[in-house]
Amino acid sequence: MTENEHEPERIDERVPKRVIGTPSPAESTALLGTGDDGSPQGPGPLPGVKFQDEKTARKGERIAALCFVITFLAAIGFIASYVIFQVGDIDKTAVSNLALGGTLTLAFLALAIGVVVWVRMVMPKYNLVQERHEMRSDKAARSYVAETFAQGVEESGFVKRSLLRRTLLLAAAPLGLLPLVLLKDLGPLPGTVLRHTVWGKKTKAGKPRKLVVEGTGAPIRAADFNTPGGILSVVPEEYTHDLNELAKSTLILIKLRPEEIKSGTNINWTHDGIIAYSKICTHVGCPAALYEQTTHHILCPCHQSTFDASDGAKVVFGPAARPLPQLPIGVDEEGYLIAKGDFPVPPGPSFWERGDAEAEVRAKGGQA
Amino acid sequence: MSEMTANGVGTVQRGTNAAPPKAIAGISTFLDDRVGAGNFLKRNMRKIFPDHWSFLLGEIALYSFIILLLTGTFLTFWFKPSMAHVIYDGSYEPLKGVGMSEAYASALHISFEVRGGLLMRQMHHWAALLFVAGMMVHALRVFFTGAYRKPRELNWLIGVGLLTLALLEGLTGYSLPDDLLSGAGLRITEGVAISLPLIGTYLTFFLFGGEYPGTDIISRFFTLHVLLIPGILLALITAHMILMWVQKHTQMPGKGRTNTNVVGAPFYPAFMAKAGAYFLFTFAVIAGLGTFAQINPIWLFGPYTPADISAGSQPDFYMGFLEGALRLMPAWEINFLGYTLPLSVIIPALVPMGIIMTGLALYPFLEQWVTGDRREHHVCDRPRNNPHRTAIGMSAISFYGVLWLLGANDEISAKFHISLFVTTLVGRVMIFVLPAITYAVTYSICIGLQRKDAEVIGHGVESGVIKRLPSGEYIEIHVPAAEDIADHMLDKKPVPMLPGADEAEERDGIPPKSMRGPLGKLRAKMSRAYGGEKIAIHQGHGHGEDEHAAVGGGDDQSSIGR
Repeated sequence: MTENEHEPERIDERVPKRVIGTPSPAESTALLGTGDDGSPQGPGPLPGVKFQDEKTARKGERIAALCFVITFLAAIGFIASYVIFQVGDIDKTAVSNLALGGTLTLAFLALAIGVVVWVRMVMPKYNLVQERHEMRSDKAARSYVAETFAQGVEESGFVKRSLLRRTLLLAAAPLGLLPLVLLKDLGPLPGTVLRHTVWGKKTKAGKPRKLVVEGTGAPIRAADFNTPGGILSVVPEEYTHDLNELAKSTLILIKLRPEEIKSGTNINWTHDGIIAYSKICTHVGCPAALYEQTTHHILCPCHQSTFDASDGAKVVFGPAARPLPQLPIGVDEEGYLIAKGDFPVPPGPSFWERGDAEAEVRAKGGQA
Repeated sequence: MSEMTANGVGTVQRGTNAAPPKAIAGISTFLDDRVGAGNFLKRNMRKIFPDHWSFLLGEIALYSFIILLLTGTFLTFWFKPSMAHVIYDGSYEPLKGVGMSEAYASALHISFEVRGGLLMRQMHHWAALLFVAGMMVHALRVFFTGAYRKPRELNWLIGVGLLTLALLEGLTGYSLPDDLLSGAGLRITEGVAISLPLIGTYLTFFLFGGEYPGTDIISRFFTLHVLLIPGILLALITAHMILMWVQKHTQMPGKGRTNTNVVGAPFYPAFMAKAGAYFLFTFAVIAGLGTFAQINPIWLFGPYTPADISAGSQPDFYMGFLEGALRLMPAWEINFLGYTLPLSVIIPALVPMGIIMTGLALYPFLEQWVTGDRREHHVCDRPRNNPHRTAIGMSAISFYGVLWLLGANDEISAKFHISLFVTTLVGRVMIFVLPAITYAVTYSICIGLQRKDAEVIGHGVESGVIKRLPSGEYIEIHVPAAEDIADHMLDKKPVPMLPGADEAEERDGIPPKSMRGPLGKLRAKMSRAYGGEKIAIHQGHGHGEDEHAAVGGGDDQSSIGR
């Protein structure tokens, strides 16, 4: 920070030059002391510094003082509020928050106003000028640096001794890779885990997996889910609190009248007008949780991708590019809804390795 | 204004003879003997800082950052960055017995069982919003006044880096409480990351420690949020300040202000006190917001589960433009050779942010390329005086604005009873149309304002005094504009143009080397359009009173009909 070296101050001339090794002249010229002759330095105000008249300054002093006193009191109030108002439930917390925050706000506001009044009414009005200088160094400095650099190159032998240089670069190259290598254990490789859900696996008891209500975990008897237009959020049995599984296996269960179901829906995978779609939006994975009964539209509240539940959950609007996958469902001997297999395609947001899984299923003669 | 020094001297004041108290003199002497602080202070205590309200915008961001560090440190004393499953047993009745992550439980604990905890949490959130907002308006001020020009390009680049990091810092912080709303943001982050070609699945598996959501992300984001990113932010902010200090602040045009001086108040004592007061104001405003304006009431949202979401989920305002871009995008997805390219995610996630951040970063250099201007600039441009730059900036704001509004299209749809799909469709059109309209409108407003300036300087301002001439004719006396206003306007200079660009098209001869070939021709053409004087200011009819016809019939036709 040498930008002011030409500043027309004359301190240099007043302070005797100090020779290295000699005792500090601090006794006679303290850093913030008076001039070397101890006399007042120059008479009268400088141009560009306009002092406030005494009346304004005195008024400013009084206002600022009042503000500072308010800050003092507010700070005391803050401490008092901390002691007096306990927290613990929502009402008490609200009162405590109000008392603490109110006093804190007041303390800082009053202090801020006080300082501003001080600056504006007590301190002089400034209109000082300082010279700017080009950022670049002068020619002499530049050429000195260039020469010194070249000299250093020469002295170090970095250019001349190529074996040294090349092996040094060789040594540096793999070092940059080490941090990346170390990060490998951040997570497992994706493998095919994104393509499968637990719906495709039997339960621990070796039975087909039941559809259970999200939250309660209760299995669903098909006969009880019988109001057309009904909707349920459904999760896999035994995995009701496994967030990783819920992030791809959660279902939206919809009951339609048979005549409402269109060709996009795989009828074989429904049971008595009950259809199960993945609840995980095929756009970026939010739960597509909103259902409009009259239009059978499933709407994702994040980015408004809209799917037609009566027609294979095909996309009718929004940024999602693919329908919500349909899960094949049926009932077990007790009449509970069960999964008859996994989703035919990976549920959830698209990813690079996914490919056109729907087309592959169709090519095999299935319905996605 | 009247007491300006003529020779530029005046940084040292010697009007007093009071010596500082012994205690201070002793300490400072002690320090100076050991580190030579005196030399630094000698140069810098009376450093001049120019004054303008718009120079305070960046300070909002700076002080918000300090408040973020203070409140954030407080929060870390109780926050547990863990996704371990616990059963809530705190004092908030409605959630008692509910299973949740330790992170969410500790965020609730801070809110309800730590005195001042809720206040600090809310202040932290408000300060974050103010931090990003302050940076944005500061960046706009710098852009529109051309304060990024040489020698300040590096500081501009640091600023762009700061803004980008701030968004990342906000994103990681937003996810920490692990409530249902923050989880929705996390899910979208995952959905975007996994959509990236080639590396998407690997990136998400490494980030989340396996499948989404896993059990690692909160603690990982915590480290990023409280250590890595703030550390970089702090380093960059320090560099930003040092560069500002070394290069000295730009100043607005005005009387006595030139490219080779700085006019204003000294750092010690005036600017220091003002800056301190401004910090206190920022603190007071954030404390006031934290007290009276509820923000992110996490206890209402419940714990995160990937199976649920609440309608009307909104990110913090600075993420709104990305959210809007995601909502706006048509459902494009390409499948080829067994691979998937989810354009409906990649494009909105990368393109708007890329356009804005890359555009910001490159602008100083593109402008230099177009204008050929390599000189240092220390006097701010008035936005009207570089109409193309201002139009480009406004155009970018409207682009951002459309995306931002669309990020809340469900709220707009609900509040104004417009069909949700219509808001999206309108947005898809407006994202292209509005920036173009904004460009044209801004450009003509700038030119209009330049004309107005030229008129004020050329003809003076109406004095309101009507004079009757002996012939019976009435005239209104025009007087020259006030000195400070005139000086402010007269600083206008033509936008620089490549040397020779203005003649290159007319001349039959060989154009300069830099303007040959298709790129060179484009450059010359852009230079002609961007540079030059659109409306020249001429100091009109000499000095003194200027007379104009008040009711027509006079000889100065130009004043008629105004």
